[in-house]
Amino acid sequence: MSLTEDDVKKIAYLSRLQITEQAIPEYVENLSSIFDLVDQMNAVDTSHVETMAHPLHMIQRLREDVVTESNQRDIFQRHAPETEAGLYLVPKVIE
Amino acid sequence: MHKKTVAELSAGLKAKEFSSEELTQVFLQRIADLDKELNTYITVTEEQAIYQAKKADKKIAENTAGTLTGIPLAQKDIFCTQGVKTTCGSKMLENFVAPYDATTVTQFNNAGMVLLGKTNMDEFAMGSSNESSYFGAVSNPWDLATVPGGSSGGSAAAVAACLAPVATGTDTGGSIRQPAAFCGITGLKPTYGRVSRYGMIAFASSLDQGGIMARSAEDCAMLLNTMAGFDEKDSTSAKIATENYSQSLHSKVEGLKIGLPQEYFAEGLDAQVGQCIEAAIKEYEKMGAKIIELSLENTSLAVPTYYIVAPAECSSNLSRFDGVRYGYRCQDPKDLTDLYLRSRGEGFGDEVKRRILIGTYALSAGYYDAYYLKAQKLRQLISNDFTQAFKQVDVLIGPTTPDVAFKKGEKSDPVSMYLSDIYTIAVNLAGLPAISIPVGRIKNKPVGLQLIGNYFNEAKLLNIAHQYQTITDWHRGIPEKFQ
Repeated sequence: MSLTEDDVKKIAYLSRLQITEQAIPEYVENLSSIFDLVDQMNAVDTSHVETMAHPLHMIQRLREDVVTESNQRDIFQRHAPETEAGLYLVPKVIE
Repeated sequence: MHKKTVAELSAGLKAKEFSSEELTQVFLQRIADLDKELNTYITVTEEQAIYQAKKADKKIAENTAGTLTGIPLAQKDIFCTQGVKTTCGSKMLENFVAPYDATTVTQFNNAGMVLLGKTNMDEFAMGSSNESSYFGAVSNPWDLATVPGGSSGGSAAAVAACLAPVATGTDTGGSIRQPAAFCGITGLKPTYGRVSRYGMIAFASSLDQGGIMARSAEDCAMLLNTMAGFDEKDSTSAKIATENYSQSLHSKVEGLKIGLPQEYFAEGLDAQVGQCIEAAIKEYEKMGAKIIELSLENTSLAVPTYYIVAPAECSSNLSRFDGVRYGYRCQDPKDLTDLYLRSRGEGFGDEVKRRILIGTYALSAGYYDAYYLKAQKLRQLISNDFTQAFKQVDVLIGPTTPDVAFKKGEKSDPVSMYLSDIYTIAVNLAGLPAISIPVGRIKNKPVGLQLIGNYFNEAKLLNIAHQYQTITDWHRGIPEKFQ
């Protein structure tokens, strides 16, 4: 399957990844060849097959609804690019 | 001292032939002298190592030491370490210091092991050559012009060059076994859920599994005894009893039924690699094992299936890197969208971006059934092949990789790189355990044999691998430059 430059730009935006204009043709080429590989999946009829979402067919384990973690906000925020008064700062969103 | 296995070092420490501090100094010195050429470590934790070694020596003196107390270890830089940088091989996490330890890190700390440092890896564990690391490629100690394999390339090369006696790795599509094969060491990927994933930075959550890269199966067993087990903090951890993996190493392989999947010996396998594998199989026959040819007929679908499942999960997992809470943030973002786009665009390398894009496309509206759902169905078929095979045999055998280590820069297009994992990927899709052991060398480049076991049957795999290592010495080979 061949992707177009517009396809790549669209998925790059959906993925919130900036890709420079010069790099687009290379992505088009590489992603198209990867999807050619992936398209080999179509050689097999799977209409009768159950999906496998997890290797052990496990059921999500539940636990008691009790607090197990203490508040470590200050520790976690030490790694943030920008914080103020316990809040994470980003550029202004609402005018 | 540096050439010894963990088992030998453990005996030496116990007999007080040397102290943990002396041992640790030897490895730190080797890293300082030799790692410039190899680039196996991203971070070396000298001070912490000496501190831990002294603590271990005290325990040994007091007779409260366990079998791993005082043994140095390298952790792949994907396992979070409190107070020590965890980069995952990415610019995105170049300065990230985890606020907590991964369970694996806690386990080895509690066992008294000494952390030498954090090893180089493909960015976010995406790659088969270690060339996608933001911190530069790693050289294979057997031939510096070739790759060590990936993604756990730093761990593999460090153990092969005796810059660590043992290291951790992670395996999503072959990332322990393929570099173990390329570097001539032993690499164990346990059953999915056997080892905790807590604090192991996620790539593809239904495939990722931590494991061990060592000189021998015996060493893998020693570390697995500490590493395996249920973890409350990992929701996918298996609540299944562990075994003493060292105890069963000495069982005989006589009467063992070994399955030979014909697809693993078909076109694409290098003839000389094939000969090494056949020679190893002959050794098993001599020990009394029975070889049974069989078919895993959906083998060729494993790579295409994986390149939907893994990118889809990766695109979701890596959405957490948003430039807001931790990790890289771009300079002077003009608005929130610009902050996301440029932080992620500048923080991730090409291979990571490609996989996020594939995953996003495969999961986007209108394509879900054709890709993700289809891949999950094929995953079931691939898994069924193994279930059928294990009704007939105890273990499967074949090459770990189609060829020996390739040259740096040789596989510049992603698809040819992906196909180098053709024999390892199906194991991850099914969630099975597997081990790679060295069984020969072609022009001084190691060849790896893969043994695949049934679910939670690591003890059997380690036993079979160990039996081969008691009659051969490929696993004791050390590259000339690093003797």
